[in-house]
Amino acid sequence: MTSAPLLEVRNLSVDFPQSGSTVHAVRDISYEVNRGEFLGIVGESGSGKSVSSMAVMGLLPASAQVSGDILFRGESLLAMNDRKLSQLRGNEISMIFQDPLSALTPVYTVGNQITEGLLLHDSALSKQAAAARAVELLRIVGIPAPERRVKAFPHEFSGGMRQRVMIAIAIANDPNLIIADEPTTALDVTIQAQILEVLQKAKEITGAAVVLITHDLGVVAGNADRIAVMYAGKLVETGSVDDVFNRPHMPYTLGLLRSVPNLITAGKTRLVPLEGRPPSLDALPPGCPFEPRCPISIAECRTVEPPLLSIGSVHEAACIRAPEIAAGKLSAADVFPRPEPIPPSDQAKVEGRTVLEVTDVKRYFDLTRGAVFKRQIGTVKAVDGVSFTIHEGEVLGLVGESGCGKSTTILEILELTSPQHGSIEIDGVDVSTLSKDQRLAKRKDIQVVFQDPMAALDPRLTIEDIVAEPLTVHNVAKPEQRRRVGELLETVGLDASMGARYPHEFSGGQRQRIGIARALATEPKLLILDEPVSALDVSIQAGVINLLEDLKERLGLSYLFVAHDLAVVRQMADKVAVMYLGRIVEAGPVDDVFARPHHPYTQALMSAVPIPDPAAERSRKRILLDGDLPSPTDEISGCRFHSRCPLFKVLDPSLQQRCLTEDPQLRVIDTSSAACHYVERNTLQVM
Amino acid sequence: MAVIEPMEVDTTATLVDPAKAPKRASRGRLIWLRLKSTPRFWIGVTVVVLMMLWAIIGLWFTHWNPTDQDLINSRTGPSSSHFFGTDDIGQDIYAETVVGLRKSLAIGLIAGPLSTLISAFVGSFAGYVGGKADSVISWFINLLLVVPAFFLLVLISPLLKDKAWIALIFFIAAFTWMVMAQVIRAQTKSLRDRDFVKAARFMGVDTFTILRRHIIPNVASLLIIDATLGVVYAIIAETSLSYFGFGIQPPQVSLGTLLADGSSAATTRPWAFVFPAGALILFLFAVSLIGDALRDAVDPTSGATRD
Amino acid sequence: MIVYLVRRFINYAILSMLATVLAYVMACLALDPKARYLGRNPRPSDASINHILDRLGTNPNTPILSRTTHWFSQIIFHGNFGLEYNSNSVAHDMFVRSGVSLQLLLLGSILGAFFGVALGVWGAVRQYKASDQVVTYSSYLVLSTPVFVLGVLLMIVATRFNNAVGHQVIQFTGQYTPGLSGRWNIIQDRVSHLFLPTLALSMFGAAEYSRYQRNAMLDVLSADYIRTARSKGRTRGAAMVRHGVRVALIPMSTYFAYSFGTLIAGSTFLEKIFSWHGMGEYALDAIVKNDINATAGSIFYVSVLVLISSTLAEVLYAALDPRVRI
Repeated sequence: MTSAPLLEVRNLSVDFPQSGSTVHAVRDISYEVNRGEFLGIVGESGSGKSVSSMAVMGLLPASAQVSGDILFRGESLLAMNDRKLSQLRGNEISMIFQDPLSALTPVYTVGNQITEGLLLHDSALSKQAAAARAVELLRIVGIPAPERRVKAFPHEFSGGMRQRVMIAIAIANDPNLIIADEPTTALDVTIQAQILEVLQKAKEITGAAVVLITHDLGVVAGNADRIAVMYAGKLVETGSVDDVFNRPHMPYTLGLLRSVPNLITAGKTRLVPLEGRPPSLDALPPGCPFEPRCPISIAECRTVEPPLLSIGSVHEAACIRAPEIAAGKLSAADVFPRPEPIPPSDQAKVEGRTVLEVTDVKRYFDLTRGAVFKRQIGTVKAVDGVSFTIHEGEVLGLVGESGCGKSTTILEILELTSPQHGSIEIDGVDVSTLSKDQRLAKRKDIQVVFQDPMAALDPRLTIEDIVAEPLTVHNVAKPEQRRRVGELLETVGLDASMGARYPHEFSGGQRQRIGIARALATEPKLLILDEPVSALDVSIQAGVINLLEDLKERLGLSYLFVAHDLAVVRQMADKVAVMYLGRIVEAGPVDDVFARPHHPYTQALMSAVPIPDPAAERSRKRILLDGDLPSPTDEISGCRFHSRCPLFKVLDPSLQQRCLTEDPQLRVIDTSSAACHYVERNTLQVM
Repeated sequence: MAVIEPMEVDTTATLVDPAKAPKRASRGRLIWLRLKSTPRFWIGVTVVVLMMLWAIIGLWFTHWNPTDQDLINSRTGPSSSHFFGTDDIGQDIYAETVVGLRKSLAIGLIAGPLSTLISAFVGSFAGYVGGKADSVISWFINLLLVVPAFFLLVLISPLLKDKAWIALIFFIAAFTWMVMAQVIRAQTKSLRDRDFVKAARFMGVDTFTILRRHIIPNVASLLIIDATLGVVYAIIAETSLSYFGFGIQPPQVSLGTLLADGSSAATTRPWAFVFPAGALILFLFAVSLIGDALRDAVDPTSGATRD
Repeated sequence: MIVYLVRRFINYAILSMLATVLAYVMACLALDPKARYLGRNPRPSDASINHILDRLGTNPNTPILSRTTHWFSQIIFHGNFGLEYNSNSVAHDMFVRSGVSLQLLLLGSILGAFFGVALGVWGAVRQYKASDQVVTYSSYLVLSTPVFVLGVLLMIVATRFNNAVGHQVIQFTGQYTPGLSGRWNIIQDRVSHLFLPTLALSMFGAAEYSRYQRNAMLDVLSADYIRTARSKGRTRGAAMVRHGVRVALIPMSTYFAYSFGTLIAGSTFLEKIFSWHGMGEYALDAIVKNDINATAGSIFYVSVLVLISSTLAEVLYAALDPRVRI
């Protein structure tokens, strides 16, 4: 009995009947989790990875039809009723959810929500003892001043802190299995690193097995023992971390690994796009569900869905050509060859004029309260003196975590009006001098691509109307508009005949291409890309990144590329600027900044990015930041990073004084510049 | 134009051609599909259509006119001659109900959508423009909401006495748009921050075009529901006013005046009250069913799957 | 927090005050106090009509602005709401009558809110089952019935009931039978008079609140924190009650303020139908009699009720939702 697996999922299928059709969310999957094991389940949205774990918890909606069996320590969970399951949930099996902002009940204190689980499973526990244990748990998950914070409500916590509370709830009763469903997806990278650290600590303390569900290959690379890859409701590859990352045998896994930019290697080679989209789960064609996207599919793939085939001792892959891959007859480069760069003959000539010059721009918001009698309760310095230039054909990556002011910066540029402070020049023209008509004409030169391709396209207009919208502003004749739209759609790799369709008929990647086509309609000189790939599934990102790179080369465009993903920035940008609390703290050529980061924040940011390479992940040393971003209304004297700065902590107190009192300005160091007093004394190691 | 040359079509991008993928219905079609399979929608529509038809041609089935007085048969219950019975002065309740229904329907069917139209204009404008204009408008709306609309209508009713009944339509619409305008305003505020509206603004599209092209169509489903339920509110407003003598004035007849006449002896001769009341409730219930079905079709809170 | 609530109260108070003043102006424009005298036989002389109207402060010959300021300053500085057409004090009548009205209004709205919330929760938890359908369709049926029709229909049913039982169990005219003695008799009599109008008003309130509560509850049922509560070991039912209902009550406080106006209008109809001598009857009669002071007084009463209910809703909101307690 002791050698039996902790959790055994056998031939699990989950169907959701809907009017007219049935969605087969999970199709006949089997896996097991051993005691104390760390299993990573990887898959894109709609792959069934969350549904399968919800089935384990017994938390699927009532409409779900579940078949197969789930055994926990040999007992069937599916045979249990809600009351019986409730005795296991939170006690033996616990769960951490994706969105920490909505996972806690807003009307009860954090302490209440922790003790609730404790008291439910231990009727002998007194209220005082439970409260004391809640404080203890908050301390374990790293919440400062737990005695005080235990009485706080969820809305008084940041996202990262709430996720710590969720972990505290999950480990409260010393469970044997913790299921974590995308626990870090909604968080910034530095917070993600903290949470993964806490999760590892929780695992050590409880000795529980952990199932980590994620779409991010980097997140599992360093943490998991074993990995299961899901696609279209099926397990398509399982094995040890090293097997799956180093010797993938399912073309989907292979493609996924080649399409993800890696912080270390990014920018040196082109990415390999994995185009198309997963099949819809209510009308699956026969055969392998990956077949339409698979470059090495053969006739047989269209008729039989391949089962998991054993390759090594614990390594399995669901591909009928897996043996060929195992035998070395098909290499990764054969399956997914790297696309060629644009030949120099097709590249547009660029003269290197200055396209955008931003000088000392500031944007403060007054924080007011009250509807009739407004009173100011503080000032948010969203952007506090930002300067940069972009030349023709150049890509500037603006990097930072949420709340750093990067979005406000681009909105400030896009308004084309005089900023609160400082100046913005486009093509050598100061925007504050523009008349209304000139401003309208100027809008041709600067266009924007938004993050969420679904939100950026009006769902009620056809693709043709959407792409033509910028042209209608500038009074282009109808027939000319139509011709241009066709041309533009082909430019971004879509079929010109698709113009009559609506946005929802397209996949995320295609929608983002439509957004890019719209931005190109007026032949702009500068595109502002606001996180253009972060809302896309990983397998889709590479295609869009490649498209943007190609367009830049062909059309001689300049990009202001705003992102939080450092690997993507390294892949695309020529120059990079790192923002923290409304300021640029480090800037310079992308290779120099990434090879030799000078500012402790840049260093921490880089070390927090997970790398989809198990060997590299294990050998890394992380620089973890303490706590959260300070509240934007706080008045901070001296360096605005000092409260979280890892360098500050190791400095001599006599040197610290300067950080506390003097606001560091950007200064040139080697080829880049950084805003830190003690770059020369920085001994922190990255990677 | 020559700067952009068509790039070679990336074949992998079109691998999953939407045309070949299972046909996904547009939002409008999806709503229609859901509506189509909702029995209460069809029940509501059938009843509404039949009653409108009845209001138009109902008098063909009886030889009584609403103003005829059958003095021999006054105060009698339903019979083969007087389907719904007669009142104190021998007037045929059936004929009066048909005529009263006509007026009430006409008022409701115009005033309801009219009030929706006002809320759409005011709400979307205030929500989109924001700033001072928004503050002033929402303050004004709040002011109007302090005193319930019914009292305001009663208060100005003396001005209506010597005007045609058409005026009542405009008065009802003028005092019932406020709550919906607030809803539309809130919706518009959230739409204004959506990327497609921002995109349009940064392209230089003017405010009026943005409202027309992006905002109004995206709150259309709300507006349709409100226009439907607005018919209910308007008819209730009209009949309540007329019942207490503040709306339609005799000798004109609406369901409200008819109910007022019938209520005095409702406990002893219920037919004079129950039949017109039944017609009124049936119609309003049917419209409510349509509104409810619409709401469900637009926003189904079915047990969705998560992943 | 107290500061915040006080601010909200002042805000509402200003709105109410302005609404009342505007209502006075509207009453001056819409009502014609002269008409009351012109129809008399013998017709009083113009001079005596003017004299009477001047004394009431409602002479149309006086500019509206000066009448409004006079009326308003009388309220502010002397608490004087003026005189009715028959020279009774508006303030006195309002005081007596509002007691009558509040009985019905308070009882009806509290019962309505209670049953509405209970039915809404029940319907949402049993969404699309037969019981939910019954609740949903009954509430639509009630909401499709104008309150005055509901009142009269209930009267018809009560008559049948009384006839079947053989004596007047349910009374439906006035709020009490004059000349009764004995405490128990009086209480019994009051209850039998209260029963029908309260039933009508609370049916209406319950129908409306149950729709709101059901929607609020449905929003909450799919919320992540219900899932969290269940993952801690709460059963489905316990998670819904402890976490779901508690959160779904929050928006109800706002709906309560919103729909209170409709309830006031509803109770006005019911007073008239059940011959209660309350503020609703007072308001409607005042308009019929072209009595400007009484009309404006009635509107003042209504706006004070709305002011109180809005403030109460804010307090309730703050009590229910820690997120607004800052």
